[in-house]
Amino acid sequence: MKDGSFWNKKVECLPEKELRKLQLERLQKIVSYVYERVPHYRKKFEEAGVKPEDIKSLEDVRKLPFTTKEDLFVDYPYGLLAVPKEEIVRVHTSSGTTGKPKAIFFTKNDIELGAELIARCLVMTGTTRGDVLQNSMTYGLFTGAFVMHYGAEKVGVFVVPAGPGNTERQLELMQLFGTTCVHMTPSYALYVASLIAERGIRDRLNLKRAYLGAEPYSEETRRKIEEMLGIDVYNCYGLSEMGGPGVGFECPAKDGLHIWEDAYLIEVVNPQTGEPVEDGEVGELVITSLCREAMPLIRYRTRDLTRVIPEPCSCGRTHKRISRMLGRADDMFIVKGVNIFPQQIESVLMGIKGVAQNYQIVLEGYNDFLVRVEIEKEFFDGRIERLLQLKEEITEKLRDEIQVRPKVELVEPGTLPVSEGKAKRVIDKRKL
Amino acid sequence: MYEVKVISVFVQNQPGKLERITRVLAESGANILGFSITSVKDFGVIKFLVDKTEEAYKALKDAGFTVALNEALGIEMEDRPGGLHKVVKFISERGVNIENALVYVEESRHRAYFIFEVDDLEEAKNKLEK
Repeated sequence: MKDGSFWNKKVECLPEKELRKLQLERLQKIVSYVYERVPHYRKKFEEAGVKPEDIKSLEDVRKLPFTTKEDLFVDYPYGLLAVPKEEIVRVHTSSGTTGKPKAIFFTKNDIELGAELIARCLVMTGTTRGDVLQNSMTYGLFTGAFVMHYGAEKVGVFVVPAGPGNTERQLELMQLFGTTCVHMTPSYALYVASLIAERGIRDRLNLKRAYLGAEPYSEETRRKIEEMLGIDVYNCYGLSEMGGPGVGFECPAKDGLHIWEDAYLIEVVNPQTGEPVEDGEVGELVITSLCREAMPLIRYRTRDLTRVIPEPCSCGRTHKRISRMLGRADDMFIVKGVNIFPQQIESVLMGIKGVAQNYQIVLEGYNDFLVRVEIEKEFFDGRIERLLQLKEEITEKLRDEIQVRPKVELVEPGTLPVSEGKAKRVIDKRKL
Repeated sequence: MYEVKVISVFVQNQPGKLERITRVLAESGANILGFSITSVKDFGVIKFLVDKTEEAYKALKDAGFTVALNEALGIEMEDRPGGLHKVVKFISERGVNIENALVYVEESRHRAYFIFEVDDLEEAKNKLEK
């Protein structure tokens, strides 16, 4: 029997000091491992003038060169393979924007590792034997469905491998097998939820929770789905390069995603300079896989923006939390030499009374930029002074946050493009 | 002295805005008695005094405009040289601060009204009715 809502309480609650010690041991081991086995890594380390024995503390990870997407295409597809080909039991690919898909290989142990991490995620959110998980992610080259599937089976969960789409059949399956949990993308979950509401069939379903990932989504979207279905929604984060979902997962506190630090070493860096940012500051997530065998990656640049939540979590797990994904590093822009993320602007705006959901950033030059902000209908009371005060408040608070004073324009509610997944928040009018 | 309601509309400075607003008002059947525009570069507030306030307010709201109803005071004045000065002098002598104002001419060369908003309506009424 597993202990309460923990799959592996010993590891999940490992005291900080022991966790760091374990990470260092594993880091040292994996660095020697790739140095010995992967010619491309050996070459990269030699170019950077670093040897495995130089890694004496966790901070020393910074001496190692980053791995980028481009490295995955060197001697493609086996360039970063660290085991003989016979050890590979599976490949997953990730659709790159470049055309060629990234190929990520798994050994038997890698499959087992993925399942172990997912098992922790499921059990910590209350899913266990007797639950019915409808897995509505794509089964195939994409990692999402398979890794979740193996993890759920490991726990002893009844898995319905529904795959995505065919919503009619999804609803039938939910009713037929009494589905208690679903695993899908947030955009699809919104659609399914609205259909359930429209048909008025919520009472015939046994749904308790949803695991939503593979796309970034906002806290508002989570709440909306939770309210529509009366369920708990948990955010999960993963990427094929790190073995798929289960890298980061929310616990019942729903306040950030725990990274399983016995398996992954994370850093958050300034996407421009690669230098570490302070804990709590937004930057690019960089991950080193500590336990993967087939294709461990050292300091992999995810291009995903997040920040570390330094405070200990109320759930008792010692593994570090990160915030939900705040966007892509590629969204960053520079004004007056200062790096600015749209997310910084968003978090300031959402904290100001009178500001509505939508905003737009317009880059007009290299020394200034414009933020167009929709005001809330109810905020307007006919007084222009109040609007001027709001404009001043927005300008000052943004300047405090980003150190650059933007031009602020107040616009009528409903006039800016609505945020739907990838709303275009930044309009770049600059010509190079 | 009269108590009236004026309609305030928030507008971003954009060609065609005033045209759309006045069209909605026209279609609502309300007659504009007076109006004022205050503009600060990128946005402004347009205020209307109309005969059918509720209808006009609802029509603007339904058309998606950001609107508010504001209470204002109206004082009759003579539509001739010095008419406005007399009214404003009366108001300022009683220590009432005018926040916004517009003029409604009911009968040219005869009767007009000075319509103005104040910070505290009750206090202003007390001061002016003394």
